Amino acid sequence: MEALIGQLFAGLSLGSVLLLAALGLSLTFGQMGVINMAHGEFMMAGAYTVFVVQGVVADAGLALVVSIPLGFLVGGLLGLLLEVLLIHRMYHRPLDTLLVTWGVALILQQVARDVFGAPNVDVKAPTWLSGGVDLGFTQVPAARLFILALSVAAVGALAVVLTRTSLGRRIRGVVQNRDLAETVGISTRDTDRLTFFIGSGLAGIAGVALTLLGSTGPTLGTNYIVDAFLVVVAGGIGQIKGTVIAAFGLGLMQATFEYSTTASLAKVAVFVVVVVFLQIRPQGIFSIRTRSLA
Amino acid sequence: MKSDYLELTDVRVTFDGFVAVDGVTMTVLQGDLRFLIGPNGAGKTTLVDAITGLVPATGSATFGRTELLNRKVHRIARLGVGRTFQTASVFEELTVLQNLDIAAGSGRGPLTMLRKRSSTPPEVEAALEVIGLTDLRDRQAGVLAHGQKQWLEIGMLLVQDSKVLLLDEPVAGMSAEERQQTGELLQRVGENCTVVVVEHDMDFMRSFATSVTVLHAGRVLSEGTVAQVQADPKVQEVYLGRAEVEA
Amino acid sequence: MKGEYAKIAGFAAIALALLVLAPAVLSDFRLSLLGRFVCYAIVAVGIGLAWGRGGMLTLGQGVFFGLGAYVMAMHLKLSDAGPTGVPDFMKLYGSGVVPGWWEPFRNPVVTVLAIVLVPSLVAFGLGMAVFRRRVRGAYFAILSQALAAAFAILLIGQQATIGGTNGLNGFRSFFGFNLFDPVNKRMLFYIAAGTLLAMLLVVWQLYRSRYGELLVAVRDQEERVRFLGYDPANVKIVAYVVAAAMAGVAGALFVPIVGIISPAAVGVVPSIAFLIGVAIGGRSTLFGPALGAIAVAWAQTSLSESFPSFWIYFQGALFVLVVAFLPRGLSTVGSILTRRRESA
Repeated sequence: MEALIGQLFAGLSLGSVLLLAALGLSLTFGQMGVINMAHGEFMMAGAYTVFVVQGVVADAGLALVVSIPLGFLVGGLLGLLLEVLLIHRMYHRPLDTLLVTWGVALILQQVARDVFGAPNVDVKAPTWLSGGVDLGFTQVPAARLFILALSVAAVGALAVVLTRTSLGRRIRGVVQNRDLAETVGISTRDTDRLTFFIGSGLAGIAGVALTLLGSTGPTLGTNYIVDAFLVVVAGGIGQIKGTVIAAFGLGLMQATFEYSTTASLAKVAVFVVVVVFLQIRPQGIFSIRTRSLA
Repeated sequence: MKSDYLELTDVRVTFDGFVAVDGVTMTVLQGDLRFLIGPNGAGKTTLVDAITGLVPATGSATFGRTELLNRKVHRIARLGVGRTFQTASVFEELTVLQNLDIAAGSGRGPLTMLRKRSSTPPEVEAALEVIGLTDLRDRQAGVLAHGQKQWLEIGMLLVQDSKVLLLDEPVAGMSAEERQQTGELLQRVGENCTVVVVEHDMDFMRSFATSVTVLHAGRVLSEGTVAQVQADPKVQEVYLGRAEVEA
Repeated sequence: MKGEYAKIAGFAAIALALLVLAPAVLSDFRLSLLGRFVCYAIVAVGIGLAWGRGGMLTLGQGVFFGLGAYVMAMHLKLSDAGPTGVPDFMKLYGSGVVPGWWEPFRNPVVTVLAIVLVPSLVAFGLGMAVFRRRVRGAYFAILSQALAAAFAILLIGQQATIGGTNGLNGFRSFFGFNLFDPVNKRMLFYIAAGTLLAMLLVVWQLYRSRYGELLVAVRDQEERVRFLGYDPANVKIVAYVVAAAMAGVAGALFVPIVGIISPAAVGVVPSIAFLIGVAIGGRSTLFGPALGAIAVAWAQTSLSESFPSFWIYFQGALFVLVVAFLPRGLSTVGSILTRRRESA
């Protein structure tokens, strides 16, 4: 029982990390069909933000709190820059954005190596997050609980923005029908930029959170990007709901398979499950149905 | 061969609770040039989509006693049901000849596929003649004029050896002269095929239709010759009346 | 017809450069290096078919490359160890017993067949699962990338049976030929170059065939093709399987030429790196992918030796500039120029 709860929590924790990483991706992929391979490097930028802030603010706890909005800003601005300089020229060639943003990712990784050095940098976790939390029946690491809470908060905030604000209505309008949205007077240019800013900002927050779990280095993003994309594919585009379910589903599955086999076999098993799942629902868990031929 | 006809019985298409086609029953005989008209949202294109397998439907659509509904798109095409689209969709990077050759070749075996085309197949040659694009055979389809693209699509239907031709607004955007030519082309083709034309252009319909089915809100409102349909008060109410005022 | 002659001339030039010129002017070391690039070029030819002509952005060619490479490497390890021997690394890290699934690869015929068949079957299986369900575009790209990630992780986890992170290395002979003998190394180059030329002939025939035209039609208007009575999934699966088989053959040649295969050569990063040469050379051209792959590999070797950090920037910039601004690659710049001249 103890072990089962431990596995369950490990799965939820992994799921929350995947969710943070995939949330912004699903937004940009859903709205624009853009596959942003540099999303992982925006996460890396968020992680380095914590490192830089810790150089100024001695208290690790305060540094973390400051880093969350700052990481959002860093990731968001990088995303905005990418959108303005490159991606907006390429909306009619979504597959090619994948390769272009991969090039951007390579460059950003190398920038990180040249600025911060190739080895991982040391990011301290606040003392109040380094211990465990006693839930009565089991002990769980405080950092993982914090990330779980952060991902829930991020989903909640995004849901509020999407459903309650005019920006959200515009974003959803553009996701469902770009041409129609344009004809009814929504500036798709502005909406695209803002969406990219928010989606990339979420990557920054994910990066901040990841400093609590593992080492912070130039390849931090690459370790998560493939899984994050798998979440987006399994979840279906254009709906937060699907991303949430897919992230926790994949996280739990990975943890369960790991429990019964090895970590590497678990990865393969998860991949197989996703492919099989797409046999049943080729468009992911949720999809917006349209009448168009494509 | 008059036994081969397209017969729809109680065809129904539903999108998430919205009934787009609501129990359509109609029969189109070979040699008939049937026009399918109706206001926007009447379900004309959806009906064509259902027959060609693009959207799932209930009821029955048979051609020569073979059920068409809910088969895969390419299977239906191989049964001899061909269609065109509202927006001309030819393979723009390929030449006119290549477009037609692909349309003619779904029955080819792997060995033929893996070889280069040694000579123009006779049916392709004939289709080029019929659609008047013989001189442009090596032109990329993407650079053709709009009307020429529509003809190419019709040509692709011809070489495909379709017995049922479903054309979705084939003369949209064509000049009067091009419409005339297209109509005559359809009349010639219609002698050996079952042709259904979805069209908004009333003049075009009056000139070439042998029979007309009027759809309204997913149902058959009226059916008959052009004169009969025009005389039908229900039709005048929802559709033709307005069109005639416009004309 | 004029285009056909230009292609014959191009093919002859490549054959001459690879089979006559390169062996005459390059040192043994450089020739072996070129042999490695030729292996990349073979992968690139397949990517050109699948991506350039078929529109399938495959980010997992490393998997097929790796399958071919590991099959070959297993055979070489086994034959080095002798008829009933155990490969050295298994004694070090494993139980000292050859696993049952290694045994078939003692046989050279099985090995050669498996180099082609194993990648083909994996590609066929994935293709059936993916293309039949109309999973395509970005979804397919992401799945193929996830496959590469899963494959590399799987290999890393199997230290005792497949060498883990170290991979398989230290081969001494190749089907009975001593790999330390320079003459045999030259022979390997000729085999690789000959294979590349043969693969070019294969795609040439495919491109000029009716199948090639149909593949382009599927790439541009997949749904339209259905209404003409074809199942586009079958059309795509053929191109994907051929591309996979080519990558497998390339991997198998890579092993004796380079002397090592490890997960680092087959994962996400190398898989996507295969694409840049194809993009530069012109993804849908006949010779562009192969030439682009060789050029990029050559540039990487010369640049990264002296300026490792500069090479990464350069590679990143290539992806950005070529794909964003020259989607048809460099090889079409020439044809645009000639067309300008003709129209002027």
